[in-house]
Amino acid sequence: MSTLKLANANPGRKLFSTRFATIVVWTITFLWTVPTFGLFASSFRNKQEIFLSGWWHIFTNPHLTLSNYHAVIFGSSSSTLSDGVLPYLMNSIVITIPAVIFPVVVATMAAYCLAWVKFRGSDALFFFIFALQIVPIQMSLVPLLQLFTGGAHIGSITIIPKLGIAGHFAGIWLPHTMFALPLAIYLLHNFIASLPRDLMEAAYVDGANHFKVFRQIVLPLSVPAIAAFSIFQFLWVWNDLLVALTFASGTEEVAPINVKLASLVGQWGSGWETLTAGAFVTIAIPLIVFFSLQRFFVRGLLAGSVK
Amino acid sequence: MSISKKGLLATVGVASLSLLATFVTTVAPADAAINCNKIIGPGYAQLKGKTVTMFTSILDPELSKYQKALASFTTCTGIKVKMEGSNQFEALLPVRVKGGNAPDIAIIPQPGLLAQMVATGKAVPAPAQTLKNVNKYWSPGWKGYGSVNGKFYASPNSANMKSLVWYSPKQFAKAGYTVPTTWTGMMALADKMAAAKQTAFCGGIGSGGATGWPATDWLEEVVVRQFGGQVYADWISHKIKFSDPKILAAMKTVEGWMLNSKYVGDVKAIATTTFQAAGLGIPAGSCMMLQQASFYAAQYPAGTDVSKNGDVWAFYLPGINTSVKTPVEGGGEFFAAFSKRPEVQELQNYLSTPQWAINRIATAGSGGGWLSANSGVPLSAYKNPLDQLSAKYLADKNSTFVFDASDAMPAAVGAGTEWTQLTSWFADGKSSADVAKAIDDSWPAQ
Repeated sequence: MSTLKLANANPGRKLFSTRFATIVVWTITFLWTVPTFGLFASSFRNKQEIFLSGWWHIFTNPHLTLSNYHAVIFGSSSSTLSDGVLPYLMNSIVITIPAVIFPVVVATMAAYCLAWVKFRGSDALFFFIFALQIVPIQMSLVPLLQLFTGGAHIGSITIIPKLGIAGHFAGIWLPHTMFALPLAIYLLHNFIASLPRDLMEAAYVDGANHFKVFRQIVLPLSVPAIAAFSIFQFLWVWNDLLVALTFASGTEEVAPINVKLASLVGQWGSGWETLTAGAFVTIAIPLIVFFSLQRFFVRGLLAGSVK
Repeated sequence: MSISKKGLLATVGVASLSLLATFVTTVAPADAAINCNKIIGPGYAQLKGKTVTMFTSILDPELSKYQKALASFTTCTGIKVKMEGSNQFEALLPVRVKGGNAPDIAIIPQPGLLAQMVATGKAVPAPAQTLKNVNKYWSPGWKGYGSVNGKFYASPNSANMKSLVWYSPKQFAKAGYTVPTTWTGMMALADKMAAAKQTAFCGGIGSGGATGWPATDWLEEVVVRQFGGQVYADWISHKIKFSDPKILAAMKTVEGWMLNSKYVGDVKAIATTTFQAAGLGIPAGSCMMLQQASFYAAQYPAGTDVSKNGDVWAFYLPGINTSVKTPVEGGGEFFAAFSKRPEVQELQNYLSTPQWAINRIATAGSGGGWLSANSGVPLSAYKNPLDQLSAKYLADKNSTFVFDASDAMPAAVGAGTEWTQLTSWFADGKSSADVAKAIDDSWPAQ
């Protein structure tokens, strides 16, 4: 009896609706935001002021300027970048969008097969893919790069020829897709497996094949999960520096904005002012993506987590 | 579901747009009628449409000066040079080389990293013309740091000069001091200053996570001055240990110099003073001399007169043992190649010529800050008088040039225990024998 009562009382809601809890939550939120706000405030101050006084002086001495943003977007000869970050921003978009679409397409189809197409060893295969998540990305950097530049051989027999894609966009899309797949398949599998069996069976009885079921039933129903995973993957690829540094060269043709951002402080560490504005230019696009897909995010966050 | 379809369409649209944009932003080099023989020198083949990639730890604003200096090479030979700078250079280069994605040329600042790259088997020895240029224009010391196991791989790029002592010509003139030219002369001058209740030497080894590095320079300067280049090289390779009587003797000399409270005042304060702040009192005379590298000039606030008769200037740190000819300690970078393609070798050849150094110096402008140890560069090429002074010693082919030892030793020591132990030498008064033993114990096993 008592356990039932406890469950009904919803202790979580009660705990968070007290005045004390509200104060704690607001305090944490405030503290959490302060550094970001400081960076934001600094991005509107000129170099001299950033170096001489803390960002909080913006309240007492508000000399706001957009010069940092101007330097970051259009370039400036006096700062640590001469051409602006726009080419790099474009590279980031070119890198990120396919690196989200590829794993989502592959993982949705794989998840459907593993969940609804019964074949010998499908559970073992699913478990194997799931287990691949434990391979740390850092361990596979050099072997993967060797595969791209030299191919794979057993003795004198070539198994995979030289791909020659290192330093090109494909050379970044592929690793991102590879590293995303285990988690993507796991998340989508659990979501798709939890769709009502009756729905599929009704379709099969009506003569639908697997492809039709996948397209007309599974895909529309999985949109929240797909959208949620897409946001995860988008943010991961957008914020990635390691894969880009290793597989792309840092030139203007392929390097994403993070690579440029990492070097904005410059040779002598004197380029802080452009770094502040650069950071907010970089944040802008993930924010747009996040807010426009947010309604899926809340629904999809629990995707696959409970069966 | 119509929303997601529209979204997908928009996505594809953005992707193709951005692809277009990336192609548009690729720029071609400007063409200009220039006298190529004069600007880059004779004997370069036309290799239009070829590209050489370069990877470096150098970042903007320095990086764009390199690109500017290389523009004439591109115009004259048709070879495009793509430079990529990263502050993760030391970590990324081994990954890319082992992964088979090596750049054509890497600008390597540490001889230790060069040796590591040669050990992978991917580095290519320098072409004959580059070797010829290096033999002609650089001192054997410089060539040695670009060689691994006796084979020459990498020609030197820029150099910095560490064997300098900063002082104030105005303060010296006021007190009637003259610039010393021998070590004993410098100590006699310091005695004179001490008698006049002046602090003879300024010092500061604080540098955040790298606290202690200026102290390693002091010890290195004394080691090469007392015992010469061979002992110095054996010290780097640990054939001579820190606890060797020679190194202990050098430490004793440092104790009589920078750990001598008669000259420096509070010895412990040196450990807590940042190296940037150490010499700021020189123009006002609150301390008289500071041993620090050529790049220290940048620490003085705008308006300070850095010149021969001005507020601050530097003199060459004198030698100790007369059998060691003009000891000079410095650092620098080296061009290591990973490809034998003709355009790469042509660029390597060009980068070892005085013409390249002169073009690069010209892009630095009057502020200077870029030095070459190439003896083919006339001192008049430098617009900055301090650069002229440093270059004179760096390019001296008869000098005993040694590379910063802490950069050449294994990182666990050179960027680790040597820093921390020398710091406690100053801060805690740890004995030199204990300091030497602690550093030796931390030397990584082969």
